[in-house]
Amino acid sequence: MRQMAWAGGLLAVAAVFALAGFTRGFSVTLAAALTLCIFSFLYKDNPFYKFAEHLFVGVSAGYYIILNFWTVIVPNLWDPLLATFKGDVGPGNAHRAWWEVVFGAQLGEYRYWLLLPGLFGVLLFTRFVPKLAWLSRWALAIIIGVYAGIKTTGFAQGDLVAQAEDSMRTFWIPGDVAGSLNNIIFTLGLVTSLVFFFFSKEHKGALGLTARVGIFFLMVSFGAGYGYTVMSRISLLIGRFQFLLDNWLGLVRF
Amino acid sequence: MAGAGRFEGFDRRWLFLVVWILVMVPLVRPLMLPLVVTPPAQAYHDAIEAIPDGSNVLLSADYDPGALPELVPMTKTTLRRLFSKRCKVVVTCLWNGGPGVVDQAVRSVAEGEFHLTDGEDFAHLGYKAGNESVMVLMGQGFANAFPNDYRGRPTAAMPIMQRVRDYGSIAMLVSISAGYPGTKEWVQQVQARFHVRMVSGCTAVSAPEYYPYLRSGQLLGLLGGMAGAAEYERVTGLTGPATRGMDAQSLAHVFVAVCIIAGNVLQWTRRRAAAGGARGQP
Amino acid sequence: MKREVPLLVTAVIGIFMILSFFVPHQAVSVPADFLLQCAVIVVAFGYVLGGANALRINIDLISKKAPNWQYKVVLLIGLLTMVVVGAVEGRAFQTPGTRFTWLYNQLYVPMQSTMFALLAFFIASAAFRAFRIRTAEAGFLAVAALLVMIGRVPIGNWATGWVQQLPPWLHWVQLPNVEEWIMNVPQNAAKRAILMGAALGVMATGLRVILGIERSYLSGEE
Repeated sequence: MRQMAWAGGLLAVAAVFALAGFTRGFSVTLAAALTLCIFSFLYKDNPFYKFAEHLFVGVSAGYYIILNFWTVIVPNLWDPLLATFKGDVGPGNAHRAWWEVVFGAQLGEYRYWLLLPGLFGVLLFTRFVPKLAWLSRWALAIIIGVYAGIKTTGFAQGDLVAQAEDSMRTFWIPGDVAGSLNNIIFTLGLVTSLVFFFFSKEHKGALGLTARVGIFFLMVSFGAGYGYTVMSRISLLIGRFQFLLDNWLGLVRF
Repeated sequence: MAGAGRFEGFDRRWLFLVVWILVMVPLVRPLMLPLVVTPPAQAYHDAIEAIPDGSNVLLSADYDPGALPELVPMTKTTLRRLFSKRCKVVVTCLWNGGPGVVDQAVRSVAEGEFHLTDGEDFAHLGYKAGNESVMVLMGQGFANAFPNDYRGRPTAAMPIMQRVRDYGSIAMLVSISAGYPGTKEWVQQVQARFHVRMVSGCTAVSAPEYYPYLRSGQLLGLLGGMAGAAEYERVTGLTGPATRGMDAQSLAHVFVAVCIIAGNVLQWTRRRAAAGGARGQP
Repeated sequence: MKREVPLLVTAVIGIFMILSFFVPHQAVSVPADFLLQCAVIVVAFGYVLGGANALRINIDLISKKAPNWQYKVVLLIGLLTMVVVGAVEGRAFQTPGTRFTWLYNQLYVPMQSTMFALLAFFIASAAFRAFRIRTAEAGFLAVAALLVMIGRVPIGNWATGWVQQLPPWLHWVQLPNVEEWIMNVPQNAAKRAILMGAALGVMATGLRVILGIERSYLSGEE
């Protein structure tokens, strides 16, 4: 009986797909099929979900390879190097000194200097060969150096200085009791929360009491964050249902 | 207590089914609950409207298909307002998975609704790897960082790129972002360094952490999640997919709230029963 | 040599990038721009490396007939299909109407969207089974979460619409106003504290990396 119910259910689903595929097109039906394969995980792990999951991982990996090759490596590295090489072997360059040809660079035109990032990029692949893997550290060093530098200044200016500057607010705004109260509560919350993160001294006595007040402000922020996270996740589900109802089944127009 | 015991080993798939129904039904039969426009969304709208007509705008759509329902509606609504003001818009995408969906959103408005010309009235520069380093690199010229556009065509020769050259030539930076890299990095690397006017639309997960930027004035407006997108649709006089999703959002939120309360009531009931049972033992 | 050269490179480049923030002269800005171009290109190679690594690992698993190796074949077919089609399409591979764009729209987009959509169900399940209020702090968290969740959506405004009948000085009690106050004042204060604390941490870590005190990125090999 149970098997008959399963068979009947699968036939019904297949019929819906066939009908939708006939009326809405193969592309949308394929997308809907993959969507439902992944949703099937809600019942339990099954071959349809595993198939879709592995297909997704493979498609993603292949997509990232092609995307980064055609949108970064070719226009930012290959094309300028090729243009430099062609330009330098052309007529009219015989009078230029060799150091000018090789090292001459200006903003946005780095000529043969671009061989360096090309080389370091290729060196990353030495990670596949254990004996040569140490060479990939040179490429990593460039990335780490650049990001350490720009993140240090970015956080300092954008998060520390600007935020501290804005935190110097008056506690009394004439004619605006609510605004004044909000500024007081805000400053109290900011200071007590910062004190909570001060771990150089044990949280006892006045420091402990201050940190405890800070914990309550932090809990309010975590609760607000949880509420917004719920909203975000539900939104993603709404989006998929809008696709299934509109693009696939054509029941509703969004 | 027999009533509390019935929830022991509760199969969570029943919860999944309730969520499925509560989200699906309002999409088919809307409840038409009234939407309120919050101050951050109003501020976003006011900042966009304050841009002088015909200005240059950089819109960085940093998201992928995982954030479509929240961010595509606000991208489209923003583009509609900008194109209505005859702004020249350059679009970038710093997320791997995003350029395709961003391009569809941009073209559906630019070409589909406003019949604008790619390369003259707008440009989609596509994706570039590097996160923050791309943002700083663009400071020396957008075409410097993006030699080709989304379709592989050279950007240096495009008419729009002759006027939208760098951060000094834009009236506004609009960041529509799903996480890292996104609004936070744009604030740190571009707004703080180059002092450009900036607004942000983001996923609801990210929104709470951008409120400090809104308060400090680093962001002039903020749209948070699908609710923010719906509010922006409302304030611009539209009823789009974000607005239509808010009824389902409402019911789902109520259900999650009921789950939290019910789960804790069940726990307290069980604890009291256990304590009462322990007291009753000889 | 194997560790010292990368440390030196990191230090020099890191200091130079910090310098470029303060010095606009082209003697600094042009090399800094070049270093940023290098980072962009090397990161792109990194993504290609990641994809190639996925290929290598899964070929290995298939050859060893690891458990569920059949699904790895599906993975490889997906990966190679995208690579071959993308390579053949050329630099205009993302133009609407190409085969690559079709694969992106019908395979990548729906699957990634749905993977994230699954989380909606689990968040409801976790709210019932795992969200436990055992302390006063957790109670604050829960109350804030409930007020924000309901206040942020239209039903919160609808359910407390009767507040509009009260005197104006009581209108703040309406849920959307309560939610807005929570987000603007206590939540904002704590988030700012976290932001500033994190900024100090990142600055300290950045300087440690540049000065070679933090070496974990060299991954412990000899």
